[in-house]
Amino acid sequence: MIGKRKTRKRPKARKKRKVITAAAQNITFNRRTLFLGGAQASVGLLLAGRMSYIAVAENERWEMLSESNRVNLTLIPPRRGWIVDRDGKPLANNRADFRVDVIPDRMKDKDATLAKLTDLLRLNDDEVGRIRKDLEESRGFAPIEIASGLNYEQFAALSVRLPDLPGVAPLRGFSRQYPSGAAVGHLLGYVGTVSAEEYEEEKNPLLITPGFKIGKDGLEKQFEQELRGKPGAKRVEVTARGKIVRELSKREDVPGKPMKLAINADLQEYAARRMGPESGGVVVMDCHTGELLAMSSMPSFDPNSFSDGIGYNEYGMLREDDHVPLRNKVLKGLFPPGSTVKPMVGLAFLEAGLDPNETVNCSGGLRVGNRRFNCWNRRGHGRVDMAKGIYQSCDVYFYYFAQRIGMNAIAAMAHKLGLGEEFPLPVTSQFYGTVPDPAWKQKKYNKSWQAFDTVNATIGQGYMLSNPLQLAVMSSRIASGRNVMPKLLMPKKRILAPNLYIAPEHLEYVRNAMADVVHGPGTARRAALPVPNIKMGGKTGTAQVVGLQFGRGGKDVQWKFRDHGLFICFAPLDNPRYAASVVIEHGGGSGAAYPVARDVLTFLYDRQKAMKTLEALEASWGGTIEQRAERKMAAYIARKNAEKAAANAPPAASAATAPEEQPEADN
Amino acid sequence: MSGIIPAPIAQMPWKIIFLLLVIAGFGVVVLYSAAGGSMSPWAARHGIRFAVFLVMALVLWRFNEKLFKFFTFPVYIVIALMLLGVELMGAVGGGSQRWLDLGLIRIQPSELMKPAIILAVARFYDMLPAGQIRTWNAIWPALLLMGIPASLVLLQPDLGTTLTILAGGMTVAFLAGLPLRLFVIGAASLAVIAPLAYFFGLEEYQQRRVTTFLDPESDPLGAGYHIMQSQIAIGSGGMTGKGYLQGSQSHLDYLPEGHTDFVFATMAEEWGLIGGFAVIFAFFLLLRWGLGLAVNAKSRYSKLVAAGLTTTMFFYIAINLMMVMGLAPVVGIPLPFLSYGGSSMMTIMICIGILMSIEREMKYTRRSTLS
Repeated sequence: MIGKRKTRKRPKARKKRKVITAAAQNITFNRRTLFLGGAQASVGLLLAGRMSYIAVAENERWEMLSESNRVNLTLIPPRRGWIVDRDGKPLANNRADFRVDVIPDRMKDKDATLAKLTDLLRLNDDEVGRIRKDLEESRGFAPIEIASGLNYEQFAALSVRLPDLPGVAPLRGFSRQYPSGAAVGHLLGYVGTVSAEEYEEEKNPLLITPGFKIGKDGLEKQFEQELRGKPGAKRVEVTARGKIVRELSKREDVPGKPMKLAINADLQEYAARRMGPESGGVVVMDCHTGELLAMSSMPSFDPNSFSDGIGYNEYGMLREDDHVPLRNKVLKGLFPPGSTVKPMVGLAFLEAGLDPNETVNCSGGLRVGNRRFNCWNRRGHGRVDMAKGIYQSCDVYFYYFAQRIGMNAIAAMAHKLGLGEEFPLPVTSQFYGTVPDPAWKQKKYNKSWQAFDTVNATIGQGYMLSNPLQLAVMSSRIASGRNVMPKLLMPKKRILAPNLYIAPEHLEYVRNAMADVVHGPGTARRAALPVPNIKMGGKTGTAQVVGLQFGRGGKDVQWKFRDHGLFICFAPLDNPRYAASVVIEHGGGSGAAYPVARDVLTFLYDRQKAMKTLEALEASWGGTIEQRAERKMAAYIARKNAEKAAANAPPAASAATAPEEQPEADN
Repeated sequence: MSGIIPAPIAQMPWKIIFLLLVIAGFGVVVLYSAAGGSMSPWAARHGIRFAVFLVMALVLWRFNEKLFKFFTFPVYIVIALMLLGVELMGAVGGGSQRWLDLGLIRIQPSELMKPAIILAVARFYDMLPAGQIRTWNAIWPALLLMGIPASLVLLQPDLGTTLTILAGGMTVAFLAGLPLRLFVIGAASLAVIAPLAYFFGLEEYQQRRVTTFLDPESDPLGAGYHIMQSQIAIGSGGMTGKGYLQGSQSHLDYLPEGHTDFVFATMAEEWGLIGGFAVIFAFFLLLRWGLGLAVNAKSRYSKLVAAGLTTTMFFYIAINLMMVMGLAPVVGIPLPFLSYGGSSMMTIMICIGILMSIEREMKYTRRSTLS
C-alpha cells in the first residue's frame, strides 16, 4: 500500500523525497517477489498450455509428420522385360548388380564427394568426365549413375562410409545387359537414366527412382511401356541421414513382359562380326513371312557402355569416326542400289511385255542423246538378252530397253518390290530413299524427265537411293513372289505374306538369271555357298560415289571416294527360304559385299564352316569386335592426349608434332 | 523424531534433495533412451556428474551467510577477470572461445557469472542504505556490476548468456526496490531498441534464428529444422507418448541435440503430455521452494539472493521449454537436470547449494529464536 501511494505521488512532489525504511523495503520486496512468482507461474501455465495444444490438439498433424520422417517409401525399379531371339536366346537381359547413384540435390560438397568416390571405386578419368558432365546437366532430383557392376567389397566399403557421403545411394538392383554387345547396338538401342525432358513428359515418380532406366533408342525405346513392368515398393524406416534401419513392408516388382524377336541371335552376331572393319549393313529375311533373321549395321556401339552411362572418350570416338557408328545404316543409310536393281528392272520389262530373248549388241557403251553411257565392261558383252543382262550385269542392255519401256513402268515395279517404301516397323525412323519418275522430278526440281535419267535409274544410279532393308525386301519379293513386309517381332505362328501377283514365269526367269550370277557365267561366281546341294540366286551391285576423275573407285583410292559394294541374294534356289542384302559402304565394289553374303548364308546351313571362315578373317583383322574396339579406343585416347600436349606446347613445336589429319583407315 | 537419526543428517535438506534426485534421475532415464538404450555416452556420466555436483552443493549448504557475503565481491572479480582472460586468449590464439582450460578442468566463466552476478548485485543493494534506493547512487554501481560481465560475454559472442546475466541482475535490482518507473521506461525503450538491434546489431545467422522460430515451416530444412523437429517430437508424443525407447524422432536422429538443448522433446516424445506435465510440475515445486525462501529469509541479502538465483533457474527452464515448443528462437540454453552437460549443471547446482544454505540459516535462526 505504501509503495503504491508513493509512486502515485512522485510526479507532483519531485523535491521532497520520502524516507524509505528497511521495513518498507521489505514489503516492496515481498510484493514484487509475489509478482515475480505470479509471472513465473503464468509462464509455467503458458508452457503447459502450449504443450497440451501441440501434443493433443495438433497431435494428428505432428504424428503424420513424424511418420513421414520415419518411414520412407521407396520404389523398387521393375526388372525390365527380356528381349529374346526367335529361339528364346536372350538378346537383352538383366544382371544382378551392385551399383551407386548420386542424387545431386542431396549432395553437400560435390567435388569432395566425387573425389572420395573416385578414390573408393577407382573411377578412371573418362568416367569422372562423364559424371561431371551429367552433374552439370542434371536437374538435381534425378539420380545420376556413378558406377555399376561393383563387386561386393566395393559395395560394402561404400555403404560403411555413407554417413560422410550425403546424396550417394548405393543400390542392389538389376542392370541391363546385352550379351551380344555391339552386334545388337543398332537393333535394340540401349537404356539410360531419365533426362529432364523425359521426366517433364511423363511425371512418374518411378522415373527418378535411383537405378531406374528407360529405353533410349531402338526397340528398347519403342517398346518402353511393354518392357518396363510395374515397380515394387518398399516401406523402410530411415534415419535423418537416410540410413535404412529396417524394412517395414515390401511389395515385389512385376517384371516387364519379355519380347520375342524374329531375329536369330547367332546369325545377327555372325553378320555383324563378318562385316569386320567395314562399314555397312546386312539384312537376312525369311522371304515368305518377312521375319527379319538378322539386321546388322556396322560399325556399331556397345549398348552395354551406353546403358552404363557412356564415357566421355568413348562417345567422342564414336562421334568422330567417319564410319558413323552411331547411325543405323540398315534403316538410315541410303545408297545408290547400283546393279542390284537389274532383276527388278527385268521384271518390269517382262511385265511390260518385252520378250526376254530379244537382244541388243553391247559394244561397251551406248549413245543416249548426245552423251555416251558406258557399260561397266568397256570391251562390251556382245549379244545380250535379258538373262545375260542380269548375270553379266550388262548396262547397255538396260540402257537400251529402258528407253523403250519407259521409267513409269520401272518405277511402278520398284515400288511394288519395296524400293522407296517405308515399312511398318517399330523403329524410331527409317530413311526410305527415292525411286525417281517423271512426276517426281518435275515436282522436286521443276525439270522434265530426260532419257538419260531413265538410263541412270535402270542401273540404280542417279536419283535412285535405297537402304539395305529395302534391298532385302526386294530380294525377298523376287524370291517368293509374295508381298513380304519385314517383321521384327516374332509372330505367334508362321503367317505367309500375300501374293504379289507377278507372273510366276517372269519370276522364274529372273531367278534363274540370278542363279547364273553365282552358279553360271555370272559376276559373282565366288559367292556360291560351300554347302552341298544348296544353290542360290544373287545379284551384284557396284555403286559409283564420285566421278571417274577420282579413279575407278576401287581399293586404290581414298576410302570416301570408293564405290559402294552391294549384293542381294536368296537361297535355296529351287524353293527359296531366305533372302538377304549386303551393303558395304565404300567397299570398293561388289566384291566386298558378296563374300559377306555367302558366309552369312552359309552360317544358316553349316555353322562350323562359317565360323571357321570368320575366325581366319578376324585373325587377319586383329581380333573380335571387342578386341578391335578396345585397341581403337586406346589409340584414340593416345591421340587425344598427344593433341592436348601439342596444344599446350609452344606453337612452333606443335606444327611439327601435330598428328595427321587423315583418319585412321582400317584396311 | 530427531532422536534416532544423528542431527547433522536429520538437518540435511532432504525434501529438496529428494526432488532433485527425482528430476535428475529422470534425466538419466531420458538420456539412456536418447543414446538408443545405452548408459553410455550420456546417461551414466550425467548421473555421476549430478552426484559430484550434489556433494558440491552440500558443501555450499554448510556455509553461512557471512562467508557468502565476504566472498561475493572477490569471487565476482575473479570471474570477471577470467572472462577477460578468455577474451584475451581468444584474441591471441585467434578465434573466439568460451572455455578456460585449467589443465584438469575446463571452466566456462560465463556460466559461473550467472550466480555470481546475483550475489554481487544482491550484496550491493544489501550494503546500500535504505534511504538511497531512489537515488542515482542506487543505479550506476549496479549497472557497472552487470555491464562489465555482460559486455565481455557479448564479445564472445554469446547473446543467450548475456541476456541471462542482465536479466538476473535486473531482477535483483527490481526486487531491491528500485522505482517501478525505471522498469516501465526500460521496457518501453527496449521495445524501441529491440527492432533496431535486430536489424543493425545482429549477425545474419542470429537474425535468421529469431525469424524462423516465428515460422519454422518456411525453412524446414534450414534454420527452422530444429524447431520443426522438436515440435514433431513433442506433438507426435500425444497424451501418453510413444513408449519408452520408442521415440522415432530421437532414435532416428531427426531431433538434433536430443540429449542437450532438446532433451525435453526427447522426453516428451516417449512420455507424452503426462511426462511433460510431471517435469513442469517438478520445476514448479523447485521454483516455489526458492521463492518461498526469498519471502521467508531473514536478511535482505538472503532474500535478494534467493529470489535472484531462483529466477536464474527459472530463465533456464522457461527459455529452454519455450524454445523446444516453438515459442522462442533457438538459443543454446539447456534444461536443468535433464540436459546433458557439465557447465550448466554446475551453475544450477551452485544456485541450489546457496539456496540450501539460505534455508539452513533460516531454520537455524528460527530455531535459535524459538529456543
